[in-house]
Amino acid sequence: MAFVALGQGSSKTVEPTRSSRVAFVLLAPGVIYLGLFFLTPLFSLIITSLKTASMTGEIGMYDYGLEFGNYAYAVSQYGPQILRSFVYAIIATVMALLISYPIAYFIGVKARNKPVLQALLLTLVIAPFFISFLLRTLAWKQIFSNESPVTQVLQALTLLPADQNIIGTDFAVIFGLTYNFIPFMTLPIYTSLERLDLRLVEAGSDLYASPAKTFWRITLPLSMPGVISGTLLTFIPISGDYVSASRDFLGDSDTSMLGNVVEATYLRMQDYPTASALSVMLMAAIVIIVSTYVRRAGTEDLL
Amino acid sequence: MSGEFVARGQDLELVGIRKEFPGFTAIDDLDLKIPAGEFFALLGPSGCGKTTTLRIVAGLEEPTVGKVLIGGKDVTDSKPNERPVNTVFQSYALFPHMTVLENVAFGLRQRKISDPLVKANEALDMVELSHLAARKPQQLSGGQQQRVALARALVNRPALLLLDEPLGALDLKLRRQMQVELKAIQMEVGLTFLHVTHDQEEAMDMADTVAVMNLGKIEQMGAPEALYDRPKTAFVARFLGQSNIFVGEVVEATDSVVAISCNGQRIATPKARAEKHSGKIAVGVRPEKVTFHEGKPDLGSDHNLVGPGEIIDIRFTGVSNQYLIDVPGFGDFTVFAQNVGKSPVVELGAKVWISWKVEHGFGLSDLPSKADNDEA
Repeated sequence: MAFVALGQGSSKTVEPTRSSRVAFVLLAPGVIYLGLFFLTPLFSLIITSLKTASMTGEIGMYDYGLEFGNYAYAVSQYGPQILRSFVYAIIATVMALLISYPIAYFIGVKARNKPVLQALLLTLVIAPFFISFLLRTLAWKQIFSNESPVTQVLQALTLLPADQNIIGTDFAVIFGLTYNFIPFMTLPIYTSLERLDLRLVEAGSDLYASPAKTFWRITLPLSMPGVISGTLLTFIPISGDYVSASRDFLGDSDTSMLGNVVEATYLRMQDYPTASALSVMLMAAIVIIVSTYVRRAGTEDLL
Repeated sequence: MSGEFVARGQDLELVGIRKEFPGFTAIDDLDLKIPAGEFFALLGPSGCGKTTTLRIVAGLEEPTVGKVLIGGKDVTDSKPNERPVNTVFQSYALFPHMTVLENVAFGLRQRKISDPLVKANEALDMVELSHLAARKPQQLSGGQQQRVALARALVNRPALLLLDEPLGALDLKLRRQMQVELKAIQMEVGLTFLHVTHDQEEAMDMADTVAVMNLGKIEQMGAPEALYDRPKTAFVARFLGQSNIFVGEVVEATDSVVAISCNGQRIATPKARAEKHSGKIAVGVRPEKVTFHEGKPDLGSDHNLVGPGEIIDIRFTGVSNQYLIDVPGFGDFTVFAQNVGKSPVVELGAKVWISWKVEHGFGLSDLPSKADNDEA
């Protein structure tokens, strides 16, 4: 057989060798912007998180220092809120994924040959953005309020105990978080599924895989880049969200998340070091969670 | 679906298949029977319905009416994953997120066959790619991907292997090599192969039986030699090789010969090789069966003679010279002359007579249409 001789071709990647001044000019605005508005505040944040209370004892005044105890204090004081943030974020992200995947699949695969329907459905997914995030959350506050028909009907049907609210519960906050971030989950998954080569799905069924198996072994792995982008785009902002969980919106004092605590310590208590320490910890936690997640998902070569 | 390998290929039978898409009919009342273990080629131009036929057999497309039987069992309503059929797709359709080995083992794993990786490695050995088992398909060349696709289908020992123009993307040299390999593998494993192609040389070279398909129908079916020697329709005469075709009224029909008058010249064809024996019919002859002469030769009644004509084009193709000769009233004649060192020395514009043996002619059942001419 003459196959061996044919199998020796190797793929070569061409790497650009010429350094170009144009590239630096084009990069400059971004680098300067990030330096000014990301790195500077980040260092400022870290420095603030290590400050000590002012010797004068004045509220809101702090001296430069290396007070790592601020972190221990923040954890001991706000541990439940930190934990709650990530639990809420994980539940809301999973819910958003479960709701978004079928929507994205329908738009990207089933409606592929119907451009009008596809455009219409995509518009519907994006439509909530036409209204402010705050207004939408306020609307849900109305719907979940104790006087709303929804609550009253549920109570009348005894699906909800008469003394039980919807507003201010874990459910209401997670619902709000999920709802607000569904488009961020749907769009990246749609983009992945839209490019999915359906001939591979056909090949799967030709190779004895049932529709369910074909989905698990072919469709889902090939749409993982979208699932990963989508979960990151929802998980990260949800972890730091302070609107839905706020007492002014869907939450209550026992639903506050990290964002609410940062807001309270920084703006109301003027405890800048603790607020900064909480922010730094949130960032660090997200970086660690996300990098492990991306590595575990094993899609580096698909991204 | 059983978890066992079938011992041999099974036969395929299509009964009254018709497939309609919005606006057109892709397949029109197709009946086909492919015996077990045969290499069968479905040959036709693009859009003739051959790929749709293949997809119906694979279960990827549902026939509007008709039945599909594999090994005598009606599988018309079975899903693709329930049919003992595997396909080598034109695009190969290798799973990009799996290694070559996992691609090949995929079908075995789905059917829960024991030692899938061992069997997959054996299949890769057969196509001499086991050294690339750990690579991803994207890292392979087109020819290598094609062989992985073949191994991925063959490893399942399907009752029927479907090949959807699998050699289409390969260059000519690799293509020839793969044709030889494919045929050898088919003989070795004894499976039934259904090969869809638009390449007439490929079909004739590899297949035991060729069916020529046009406009959703099978025009003619048979062994490659028979099909080439005696095409029955103008489409087949022109799609499978080249032909010189003449149309005329039958002027003489004896027990052995049918003769037409074309532009006042008599052209005879053996009666046994003619589909129709009266009225206006078309007869033809292959270009390599025709010779030409610089002077009017004196030939017996066992030859047809046409002329004089003028040579308007000469093409050198290596093994032969191809002459285009314009004979007034007949149109253009194609003549192939082998380069055996004594080919007729003629120049453009030379006046020649054309002759061929009566026994080499064939009579068609239909008249050539404009579309057939375009196809040729």
